[in-house]
Order: sequence, then C-alpha cells, then structure tokens
Amino acid sequence: MAITDIIKQLSSGMGVTIEIFFVTLVSSLILGLGLALVRMSKFKILSILAKIYISIMRGTPLMLQLLVVYFGPYFIFGIPITRSYRLNAVLIGFALNYAAYFAEIYRGGISAIPEGQYEAAKLLGYSRSQTFIHIVMPQVIKRIIPAVANETITLVKDTSLAFTLAVAEIFTLTKQLVASQSSMMPFVVAAVFYYIFNLLVAMFFDHVEKKLSYYR
Amino acid sequence: MNLLEMNHIKKSFDGLEVLKDISLTVNEGQVLSIIGPSGSGKSTLLRCATMLEKVDDGDIIYMGEAAAKSEGGRAIYAKTSDLKRIHSYYGLVFQNFNLFPHYSVIKNITDAPLKVQHRNKKEVFEEAKELLRKMGLSDKANAYPHQLSGGQQQRVSIARALAMNPKILFFDEPTSALDPELTGEILKIIKNLAAEKMTMVIVTHEMNFARNVSDYVIFMDKGVIVEEGSPETVFNSQNQRMKEFLGKFNAD
Repeated sequence: MAITDIIKQLSSGMGVTIEIFFVTLVSSLILGLGLALVRMSKFKILSILAKIYISIMRGTPLMLQLLVVYFGPYFIFGIPITRSYRLNAVLIGFALNYAAYFAEIYRGGISAIPEGQYEAAKLLGYSRSQTFIHIVMPQVIKRIIPAVANETITLVKDTSLAFTLAVAEIFTLTKQLVASQSSMMPFVVAAVFYYIFNLLVAMFFDHVEKKLSYYR
Repeated sequence: MNLLEMNHIKKSFDGLEVLKDISLTVNEGQVLSIIGPSGSGKSTLLRCATMLEKVDDGDIIYMGEAAAKSEGGRAIYAKTSDLKRIHSYYGLVFQNFNLFPHYSVIKNITDAPLKVQHRNKKEVFEEAKELLRKMGLSDKANAYPHQLSGGQQQRVSIARALAMNPKILFFDEPTSALDPELTGEILKIIKNLAAEKMTMVIVTHEMNFARNVSDYVIFMDKGVIVEEGSPETVFNSQNQRMKEFLGKFNAD
C-alpha cells in the first residue's frame, strides 16, 4: 500500500483528532479558569469540593474516566447509549480531565501576581472585575504560557486515548490499518502526523511567548 | 477646611495592637509628615486611611463624609457606593511603585481616568502628557516600567496617582526602595507639588526632608503619637523618645 493511500485512509481520522484537540483545548481552558476561581474561593466548602474534584481527575487514569463518562449514563441512570454518544463522551471526558490540570496552572499563575497589583488597582478605583480582566489576567496569561504549552502538547498525544471508545480518530484507524495490511507503515504515518501537529503547537506557543515578552 | 479627619483610630493584628487611639486632621494645602521607627504603626495608619486595611474602631472622615464611624466601640464602614466616591478623593504612592508591568507609561497614567472616571480621551491624554513633562519623563511615554530606573518608575506612579485628580495624595515611604541619588529626584518632585499647594500625607524616613517640606509633623512610636506639631516644635522636642530617635539620625 502506497504512502499516499495510507494518508488518504487516515485523513478522516486526522480530522477527528484535530476536532477532539480543539474542542478539548477551548472548553477545558474556559472550564479550568472557572474551576481555579472556585478552588481559590473564600467559601471553604466550594474550595474543598474543587480541590477534591481536581484530586480525583488528576489521580485516576484518563482512559478510565473516558469509560466512566461513556458507560456512566447507562449504568447509573439507565439511559441507553447511542453510537453518536461516543465522540461526545470523549469530548466531555477530555474537557473534564484537562480542566483539572489547567485549573492548577491558572491557580499558580493567579497566586503569583503580587498583592501590590491589587492594591494599586483598588486605589485607582478599578472594580473587582476590571482588576481581574485588565490587570491580573493579562499578567497571568504571560506567566502560564510555558505550562499551558506543555499541557497542550500532552493533549495532542492523549487524543489517541479516544481509541478506548472506538472513536474513529487517527490512532484507531491506524491500528485497524496495521492489522488489515500487516504493515508498520501506518504507524510511521501516524507518528509523523502527531510530530508535525506538536511542532506546530510548539511554534504557536513560542510565537505567543515572544509576543508577550515586551514586558517583564 | 479639613480634608481628612481621623478620630481615635484603633487597629490590631491578631491581638497585637498596632494603632492605639490615633487622631489626626489634614487641612487643605497641608503637607503632613509621619515619622517614627519601623514598626511604630505609621504605614498601618496610612493603609487604614486609604482603606487598604479596615480599622477596628474610630472615625475616618473625608471632606465631611464619613467613610467609617465609631459605633459602640466598633468602626462601621459606609456603604459601598459611598466608599467608592470617597475613594476618589485620594491617591496613594507606594514604596515599591506597583506600576502595571504590562502597560506602557502613558497607559499606566491614562487607563484609570478613562476606565474608572470615564473622562474624555483627548483631555486625559493631554493631561497625562503634561504630567509626564512635569515629571521629566516626556520621552518615556511609550516605555514599559521594566525599562525605567526606580526613580523614573516612582515618578510615573506619582503621575498615575495625580492623573486621578485626588484631593489628597498619600505617600508610603516613597523613597525607601531607592538609592540616595534617586531619592533626591523624588523629593524634588514632592517639594514642587508642595509649592503647588497639593495636600499630601507622607510617611517617610527622610528626616531632613520632613523638616523642610512639611507644615506639620507627627512622630509615632509603638502605635501612639508621641509628639506632633510644626517641624520646629517636633524636631526641637524635649521628649525623651523623640530625642533618642532623632539622635540616631543626627549621629550620622
């Protein structure tokens, strides 16, 4: 089987992988920020609940979490599982898991902002939300870019875990192709795909880091 | 007119009494210096006056409007909307500047007048440029804080506070993070402001400066005002503690 044929066979899987990647990244970055704020909340109970959530999400395998999200509705609520739920289960599972990691990254970034920044903002009359959006968050983003880049690169590779639920992303298709063609070539193609994907991710974050290097 | 009146202010941190019944008034156009050894409570007093800390008991009254009022041995603060207005009566210059690192010099100065006070953009920028000229920083408008010396950063932070047109400007040891040369440039700026009749309250360790520039000096020790009055009175005081404190400076 020619390489071009392999690529053609795998191309739909590449699309699904890219979809999982982007949907997870966007939703977990948003969810993670909310989770970080709850984790840092003055309300002890909320903060502890967020802490427990993060602890569980980081302390158990992502593969297991995907299976729980997929089978959970049936075993817990008796809702029949449809085929189309597979991809959604993967997206939900990934978002819930990555939100926990991003929450901790945000938390580190937010607590690294000196108290003086809040005090200066308060003296100048900025409201709490203005302070957070205009003064704190831009500085947090600059600080957390390297950690977020790391996590994002891991996410590219973790998308392959979607094969657990037989979602037709590139890794699932590659395994099938390797089996049917008795050839290692699909693995090589998949590896090159992941590598280039991550190269682009790394280049993107390098660019952002440079863009934000105008201040210290 | 009294711009600020603080009556019987009490403040403790974890049972440690930092301010024990402090009262002071600030008149319009007055320069008031607060001196005293480290740990005497002078910075805490400033933080209470600017409402970065809440007092336990006492009154804080700005231009006749009560920010906090003593009731039954406890300070009761005014409601948020009143406090917001009272907040706009004063500004604070910090010891370590606290400029916003991601904003250029001009944005540091113009952002709050635009976002908080919703003033006219053209007017705000013109005023900011005039302030920068006064601070000798006209060529630094587009620089970022990390590109400036400590003295320049402190001048920007003074301009940032002035851009809000406060009635009173507080300084919390404005030169303590600076070397002697840079200290001089900041003190010159404050002197110029005093000449323009800007009302200022300055916590400082610069004794000569306090003596030369202030109309009124308060000497604090261990949470109480030990001596207060005109610079002549305070610096020639026969109070034992005051003499000890000044002796250390005069010995140099």
